[in-house]
Amino acid sequence: MNAKQKRMLQRIILSAVLLVFVNLAPLPFWAKCIVYAAAYLAVGWDILRKAALGIRNRQVFDENFLMAVATLGAIALAIVDGSGDFNEAVAVMLFYQIGELFQSVAVGRSRKSIAALMDIRPDYANIEVDGKLEQVDPEEVAVGSVIVIQPGERIPLDGTVLEGSSSVNTAALTGESVPRDVKPGDAVISGCINMTGLLRVKTEKEFGESTVSKILELVENSSSHKSRSENFISRFARVYTPAVCCGALALALLPPLVRLLMGQSADFGTWAYRALTFLVISCPCALVISIPLSFFAGIGGASREGILIKGSNYLETLSQVKTVVFDKTGTITRGIFEVQGVHHSEGREDKVVEYAALAECASSHPISQSLRRHYGKEPDRSRVSDIEEISGHGVTAKVDGVSVAAGNDKLMRSLGVEYIPCGSAGTVIHVALDGSYAGHILISDVEKENIREALKALREAGVERTVMLTGDAESAAKQVAARVGIDEYHSELLPGDKVEKVETLLKELSGGKGKLAFVGDGINDAPVLSRADIGIAMGAMGSDAAIEAADVVLMDDDPAKIALAIRISRKCIGIVYQNIGFALVVKFACLLLGALGLAGMWAAIFADVGVMVLAVLNAMRALRTRH
Amino acid sequence: MKKSYKIEVDCANCANLMEQAAKKTPGVKDATVSFMALRMSVEFEEGAEPAAVMQDVLKACRKVEPDCEIEL
Repeated sequence: MNAKQKRMLQRIILSAVLLVFVNLAPLPFWAKCIVYAAAYLAVGWDILRKAALGIRNRQVFDENFLMAVATLGAIALAIVDGSGDFNEAVAVMLFYQIGELFQSVAVGRSRKSIAALMDIRPDYANIEVDGKLEQVDPEEVAVGSVIVIQPGERIPLDGTVLEGSSSVNTAALTGESVPRDVKPGDAVISGCINMTGLLRVKTEKEFGESTVSKILELVENSSSHKSRSENFISRFARVYTPAVCCGALALALLPPLVRLLMGQSADFGTWAYRALTFLVISCPCALVISIPLSFFAGIGGASREGILIKGSNYLETLSQVKTVVFDKTGTITRGIFEVQGVHHSEGREDKVVEYAALAECASSHPISQSLRRHYGKEPDRSRVSDIEEISGHGVTAKVDGVSVAAGNDKLMRSLGVEYIPCGSAGTVIHVALDGSYAGHILISDVEKENIREALKALREAGVERTVMLTGDAESAAKQVAARVGIDEYHSELLPGDKVEKVETLLKELSGGKGKLAFVGDGINDAPVLSRADIGIAMGAMGSDAAIEAADVVLMDDDPAKIALAIRISRKCIGIVYQNIGFALVVKFACLLLGALGLAGMWAAIFADVGVMVLAVLNAMRALRTRH
Repeated sequence: MKKSYKIEVDCANCANLMEQAAKKTPGVKDATVSFMALRMSVEFEEGAEPAAVMQDVLKACRKVEPDCEIEL
């Protein structure tokens, strides 16, 4: 509790003690009046002050004004009917303030706990000056400086490791608790914690451009994208309060007039009391508070899992997703090419790979890189001569005096070598040695280990249709789709075709059949990410483009996070609807009972504070979603 | 031009009222107030002077919620 809240608590306690005292102590009437007044003013003077300011500023539907009128009205009624029972007026003010205090504490708590989740801001960076470490503000470190990160410290800026090896904990960014090992040459991301060894890092970005700043900025701005539920409730509040106030006025005047006309006694007191009850119920705050709180908690809970949602509106859309479209590379597969096998080489697998790797030693193409990785040794370039790259075909070279040709079908045909086509999906490199066929090497993108389970989890989360888009050949796409268990696939797409495909899918969905999410790796797919109802970028750690383009950013490349994100959003939206429904039902029930004289001010204030407390507690559930 | 300001306000509905007040202020193209993040982001009209406009925004907000604060 902060100082303001503590003062409020003292005032509430003081007022409550006075209220109990005045009811128990045998005091003369005038003394009771003084104690009542003290209790009332102790807890409600600021409401009266704000009400007065509200009148001056012509804010009659301000809730302070309403509470002031309701309680002062109750006091006036007690004086008029001669009962001298001011308990109700004081109690209403007291409970109103208890409610406000609870709300303020709860909101403060949740702000703090969410801020703690996002506590990734580094406080300082170490730079070495004359052999001594000096702590400086990360904002002052220029690009290209060398910083030192000791074990246990947070990495302040993005950069590459120059010296030292260590494991870094990326949990704060990705939700992934398995530490990542880094060695010289590896990139490290700000916001992670260095765990075991001393690292010397050359910075590559300014603080304002580093991952940690981007994430914090994104989370801070997320609440300015409001959801439809939030807009609905604030529009509702604007209408609700004036409407209930008019109702109160009508209730105070019309029934007594009708009674007078019918020749009965007007009974002004009863109807005035019922009207005052209306004013108590008219306060919208209980209704208004829980909605942004739920969204805030939902977004906060998601960010702890390494899922950044850029706004409440996106959280809302995510909860309605029925179709998930994947761009294959980087989402279903890892985007890393690996040698899957060597076929038809008649026992000379190693030899075929060795020759191919050597022949391709000058190329930087991902396929060549994967060949070299599979070969496992640094190719000895002195063994290779006469390298000739034939674009769109492959490469020919002389290795140890043997003429090697490594490439696709076209290359084999142009050399007049009989080749055996490959039945499996992937890229095929045929190898010919001295003009005779030596077999082929199959290279393909590796599927993520848990992709099958991730797709199953998506279906369990309520997704009805999963689609894979890929530039691969039909046969390859078909195999991958069958293996991972995706509903449909579209193959042989150029990057531009993907936007068109997504647009066709969107058209099929128009007519309220749920929303479409597009999942990409954030590289080259910005147009599709923005075209879909909701764009999800995976493996975004360190990729600014992805963070920029997507609506939902998954910090690591675990496909299971997509289902988790959808589940979090569904839970959060569920809570929002529960809160809206619950608050409205209780409010309208109170209005009805109040109009009939079945519920007094006591019931009204209890209902108001009670709804708020329950709604706030319910909202906090959005912070946690089980895996 | 878009700018973001830290605010102080105690109740969620007051935050909504501040948003309405800010939106109606001349020179403001659009404004959103986030009660949870305690932030007001304001998009200014072309050629408006943010510092001067924000003074008016603060005045307008004080009218709907006397205890509010905007860190300018």
